[in-house]
Amino acid sequence: MDLWRTIKTAGWLGWQIEANWAEPFTFIAYAITRPIFSTLILVLMYKVVAGGQTSTALFAYIYLGNAFFMYTANVLAGVGIVIHEDRERYEMLKYIYLAPIVTYFYMLGRCIPKLAITTLAVLVTVVMGVWIFDLKLAFGHWPLMILSFPLGIIATIALGIALASLTLLTARHGFFMTEGTAGVFYLVSGAVFPIEVLPNWLEPVSLAFPITYWLEGLRRGMMAEPVSKVFAGWSDEKLLLILTVTTVLSVVLSVLINRGIEYIARKQGKLDQVFNY
Amino acid sequence: MKTELKTNLRAIWGRAYVRIVGAQREPSWILFEIMMPLLAVATYVFVYRALGAPKEFTGFVILGGIMTAYWLNVLWSMASQFYWEKETGNLELYLIAPISRMSILLGMALGGLFMSTTRAAVILVGGIYLFDVTMIPTSWPLLVLVFLLCMVALYGLGMLASSVFLMFGRDAWQISTLLQEPIYVFSGFYFPIKSFGFSLGMMASLIPLTLGIDAMRQLFFEAGRTHAFLPIGWEILILAVLSVLFLWLANKALLKMENLGKKEGRLTLRWQ
Repeated sequence: MDLWRTIKTAGWLGWQIEANWAEPFTFIAYAITRPIFSTLILVLMYKVVAGGQTSTALFAYIYLGNAFFMYTANVLAGVGIVIHEDRERYEMLKYIYLAPIVTYFYMLGRCIPKLAITTLAVLVTVVMGVWIFDLKLAFGHWPLMILSFPLGIIATIALGIALASLTLLTARHGFFMTEGTAGVFYLVSGAVFPIEVLPNWLEPVSLAFPITYWLEGLRRGMMAEPVSKVFAGWSDEKLLLILTVTTVLSVVLSVLINRGIEYIARKQGKLDQVFNY
Repeated sequence: MKTELKTNLRAIWGRAYVRIVGAQREPSWILFEIMMPLLAVATYVFVYRALGAPKEFTGFVILGGIMTAYWLNVLWSMASQFYWEKETGNLELYLIAPISRMSILLGMALGGLFMSTTRAAVILVGGIYLFDVTMIPTSWPLLVLVFLLCMVALYGLGMLASSVFLMFGRDAWQISTLLQEPIYVFSGFYFPIKSFGFSLGMMASLIPLTLGIDAMRQLFFEAGRTHAFLPIGWEILILAVLSVLFLWLANKALLKMENLGKKEGRLTLRWQ
């Protein structure tokens, strides 16, 4: 019960920080503009090379991968700056650590507004794809999609909290660290191209992260034909099993990192450290 | 008059110096500022490879990645800079100093240009080395002219935006975030803007990077000439006009916004 109260209160706080600088309409426009334009970059790149034809499987692969990757990018970026904002800007982190709460769940709560905003952006992007760009969807493997979705979200949150925890020990690097990590995932997870295009040495790196399996699961659930040759021979069950295992490992790793870093941060007096730059 | 000029020149150098020194002060920032555009470059290169695009498109992406360093600098370290200065309490010191506000902006621009060029050079070398692209311009003097005009116009736009951002509070962060991707699209960082059509392309040309990138693409790549939006001569002329226009507007806007800020009491307002 207390954990739920922590998550709920942190979520509400996160929402106020995210959204209360603007009127609701302005905020919604803001929340969907950036994702739409990042999608347009890929659409225009595709059109320049492939011409006007966007009803192909490769287009759907790129488009859907980019749309769902927004969760990873936004959650990492959102939770990654929580520590620095709370510690150095609002100077509230010490009070959070004084409160009788589990800080891991506080950070989890701070992810919730980002998830909500991103859900809206993903929906708008997919609808725009179907409506304007003739994006072809088929839900032949819909159970895979339904089961994969929450697993990927859990893995993303776990990775985000692990990264945010690391910022307890750093100066104001949270923004760069999370953006940089999201950039690495964007590249290696094959969000916008099949992973066989990557150099051979990067493929095992790609297969080490749950995000890769998550995006593949979602795309397989929503597309008529497969695109990635690497996953072509994989059954839905195998994909789901590996996604589950990598997600569980991510959560365990995230909790361990969080506890370890908090221990060091307390020991070194970093919980109330202010860098002033 | 002579003393005033000397004081302003010292102010320009003083403000630029912070950035020139700061460019190498924080190693992790250097790493991330180079790594992030390189990651985007790599991703878009692989997208073009997945699409089976001609090899020159890899060069388009590298050129776009280089220009990203300048755009991000203008957005985060020029446009929103007065917001940060307000938050850290420096802005009032600038305003009471016996110098022109334009000197501060010019110093910021020169220092930022230096900072971004160090990043851009590494992205260029890294991109060429990693993706095996040949980038030799057909004319070095034209390339230098296009680049310089593009930078003057771009940093002029940054100075203008900085004046406007003077009035913003916490929304400055959000607005900067919001402007990032649309400019990547409208300026054709990773694809030729000819695909927009003439009318939209002309509107997009109000952003100096649009014509700057298009002209540089023409100078570097055969495919750049095939996908050119306008002849280089026209692009140079428009960039020259934009340079003068943005610098003039920046000066006007700065005075107006400062007066407005004083009347509304927003120049020293923090954390709102």
